[in-house]
Amino acid sequence: MRWWQIKKHDADLERELRSDLELEEEEQCENGVAPEESRYAARRAFGNPTLIREQTRAVWSWTMIENLLRDLRIGSRTLSRSPGLSGIAILVMALCLGATTSLFTVVRSVLLRPLPFRDPARLVMLYEHFRGGELSYHPVAPADFYDWRSKTRGFEDMAIMRPAGYNLTGVRNELPESVGAEAGSSNLFSVLGVQPALGRDFTEADDQRGSAVVMLTWSVFERRFAGDAKIVGGQIHLDGRPYTVVGVLPSWFTYPHAGVQLWVPYKADASAEMLQHHDWHGSQVVARLRPDVSLASAIAQVGAIQYQNHLLYPQDPVAEEVVSRSLNEDLAGDVKKPLTLMLSAAGCMLLIGCLNVANLLVARGAARQKEVAIRSALGAQRATLIREHMAESVMICAAGGMGGILLSLGATEWLAKRWKDLPTAQSIHVDSAVIAFACALMFAATLIAGLLPALSTTGKSMLKALQNSVRTGSSSVSRTALRKSLLTAEIGITVVLLLAAGLLLKSFMQLRAANMGCVVDSTLTLQYNLPGNNYGTPEKQNAFHEALLARVRAMPGVRGAALGTTVPGTGYWGTDEFTVKEHPSLKTGEHLPDALSRWVDPGYFRALGIPLVSGRFFTRDERIERSYKVIVSRRLVQQYFAGENPIGKHLHVPGRAHDGAPNLMDWEIVGVVGDTLYQVGKEPKATMYFPILEGRSGATLAVHTATDPLQFSVPLQKQIASLDPELPVSDVLTMNQIIGASLVNANLSATLVLAFAILSLILASVGLYGVLSYLTIQRTSELGIRMALGAQRDQLLRLILVDGLRPALYGLGFGLAAGATAVRLIQSMLYETRPLDPAILVLVAATLLLVVVLACLAPAWRALRIDPMQALRTE
Amino acid sequence: MSSTKKQAQQKANLLQGTLDMLILRTLLYGPAHGHYIGKHIQRTTNEFLQMQHGSLYPALHRLERKGWVTSKWETAPDRNREFKYYRLTEKGRKQLLVEESEWKQMAEAVARVMWPAAEES
Repeated sequence: MRWWQIKKHDADLERELRSDLELEEEEQCENGVAPEESRYAARRAFGNPTLIREQTRAVWSWTMIENLLRDLRIGSRTLSRSPGLSGIAILVMALCLGATTSLFTVVRSVLLRPLPFRDPARLVMLYEHFRGGELSYHPVAPADFYDWRSKTRGFEDMAIMRPAGYNLTGVRNELPESVGAEAGSSNLFSVLGVQPALGRDFTEADDQRGSAVVMLTWSVFERRFAGDAKIVGGQIHLDGRPYTVVGVLPSWFTYPHAGVQLWVPYKADASAEMLQHHDWHGSQVVARLRPDVSLASAIAQVGAIQYQNHLLYPQDPVAEEVVSRSLNEDLAGDVKKPLTLMLSAAGCMLLIGCLNVANLLVARGAARQKEVAIRSALGAQRATLIREHMAESVMICAAGGMGGILLSLGATEWLAKRWKDLPTAQSIHVDSAVIAFACALMFAATLIAGLLPALSTTGKSMLKALQNSVRTGSSSVSRTALRKSLLTAEIGITVVLLLAAGLLLKSFMQLRAANMGCVVDSTLTLQYNLPGNNYGTPEKQNAFHEALLARVRAMPGVRGAALGTTVPGTGYWGTDEFTVKEHPSLKTGEHLPDALSRWVDPGYFRALGIPLVSGRFFTRDERIERSYKVIVSRRLVQQYFAGENPIGKHLHVPGRAHDGAPNLMDWEIVGVVGDTLYQVGKEPKATMYFPILEGRSGATLAVHTATDPLQFSVPLQKQIASLDPELPVSDVLTMNQIIGASLVNANLSATLVLAFAILSLILASVGLYGVLSYLTIQRTSELGIRMALGAQRDQLLRLILVDGLRPALYGLGFGLAAGATAVRLIQSMLYETRPLDPAILVLVAATLLLVVVLACLAPAWRALRIDPMQALRTE
Repeated sequence: MSSTKKQAQQKANLLQGTLDMLILRTLLYGPAHGHYIGKHIQRTTNEFLQMQHGSLYPALHRLERKGWVTSKWETAPDRNREFKYYRLTEKGRKQLLVEESEWKQMAEAVARVMWPAAEES
């Protein structure tokens, strides 16, 4: 039987019953009953035909579908009776579900979905770890890696890689460009389980010093070489040197991020010294676990080797331990925390949305209380009544869910675009798991929003309900209690959200206002890297740098020009360990202090407005072999020269042996300058400035201008092109752009959480308003009696206000208590903001109370204007 | 309603689980329509089992859904009208055997408890 044949079956049943009934009638007649009497006798013997029909129909299995359709029909009718309210409820659910789904999509792509490699569960990243060091995951030195790989057996294989960069110039005079690259050991792709789309993988023979082979990623292959497969086996020029293209990686391969355009063998341009030193930390190690070995024991083996190295080289900074983390976590890095925070914020908002819809439905249920009581008196089952009541919430949540999924498609894309530093190794898109998640959310929302009101409406004993509906205003004490506790929960969650948003916002303001320690406005920066073939010697490099500086300083509108390797605000980059030559030597096992290493030209500090604390700046004479001078930051002096004059002392920097004089590692301190921030939001770190005229290939030019700095970008590039037309320029950005970019994420999380919090506040206040209005109407006659007995208006106002404010105050209390624990979780995301910032606490409480009082005032005001006579007449 | 009738009805309710078996057994004589089946059971038990139409028709439709009986509109031999005749299927025959043996076991078990002496003698 099919359910769409229901009409046919119905007719058939009716005919069957009728014919049998007629037969009964005839038999009665034949038994001698009078004809007119026989019909009634037959009816009596037969029973109620309608009931029989219903009971028989119940045997057909599609009664469930019939009932469902009927319930949905009734539900939609109820909803369309108040389209505005239903529309708002659906919109709220769509917003809440959409936001949660979007964030889940991002979380899934970034944190949950394994990377598309062979058997990704067995891949881990290995890092070194210094006991008591700042970094939890310290990059690996290649010498350590080679020891790990040859001396342990817990991993099937390990591969190493490090970031690199090249100037890509064409063979046929195409535009030069600087491309991001990675240098990886020859086994890297086989460890990951990736086959090149074209050509071949690196071989052991490729992975040697001086080898000139390269693999292209799909993006550069498509973009620059027009997807022409003939490039495999052909040559391209990197930093002016010819390289043979051996393969092209598949289009989906964007590991470790989409900015990587080329891969070269790990050892190709690493010096033998780099590969042998245990302190050349700058690489990442990816390892594939043996199937029969546990991660802990494999790490323990590697850790033992590392500890031996640590003991072998007591003077070098060699880490004691090895730690691991998954590839996903490795890529997610800093975004994990804000992402989780936003997902929880969206989840809170969803919960508030559900509670609000539940509140709405409880109010509707109250109006139908009498009807429900009568129906249950007539024998309606509770399950049937609950099902009917759920229909509304099912419709609201289903419509909201559909809207939410559509919304999340757009929102996810927006979010992925706005979010800086989101790992790009995997595309972020809605997939079946996300849809399943959205459906599960929808289901949960339906249950929360629907079951609570349905249970409360139908649970009452019918006698009570019938009695209650007569006259008194105190009809639904328990229901009001339910609504009030729903409200308390709503307000509590809102307070938590408001607290988090307030703290993030304050932290963002602090970041914005952070003093960089140098000129920020009207400053343009750009980077270039002098290729080795044309600029092989320090003299040639210096000649270019100085010629460029002279030309730029002579340009009209330029206030100052600075040349350095890394300008403030652009990141951590490298550090070097040092000791003070004049201080007693450190005990064995004690960590060497380290400081950021920067190279600057003599005019750098003046041009960027970094103050001189004592001593002097570099001179133009301090270059190449006469460059044994260093300028240190105030923080370094505070940390390592407490109470002494650092000028004239010497820093012994093992990592900075001067070219041509490897035994000379002592640098004389000639000056102390003010601190700058290497990144907004981080504490300033001790910094060493070396003369850039010692001979460096890569440099950042920072130009302080009198007018809008962006107007200078083209003239500056022209100056560079006139010196060397082949030299590509990259990252032309103003300082404000650089700082702004590093604040994008802080801004985004603060804005989003604030948006969620405000929406929650609106929802909570609307809920409060609704409950109070309803209560006031319920109490109309009671208020009328009070007035008639002589109650003053302000007494009544107080009565109503207290009624509404009590759940709000409870909610505030709960919210503050829960918030106090919740904000500790986001402590690490805050910059110069205490988790229990009193100003924010007061502000949140005041905002909430203000909104709550406003929401209470409207119904209270209405109650005051009641005419006692009319109130007494109201039923 | 008289008190005896009430008692009979209660008994009928008790036996409701066996209604399927009784219907199948009745159809063993040949195809019959609902009214006849009800009458037959009532008559055979000397009106002890009052057939409720409210349970008879749902039972018939249930049996049809299970494939134990089939139905067809046929003209009755003694009346010039069509009735819905139910007919036992092969599957229904097997089911009847199963239910019959189950019932027998049940009845014997009950009998052993109720009249143990009679069993021993």
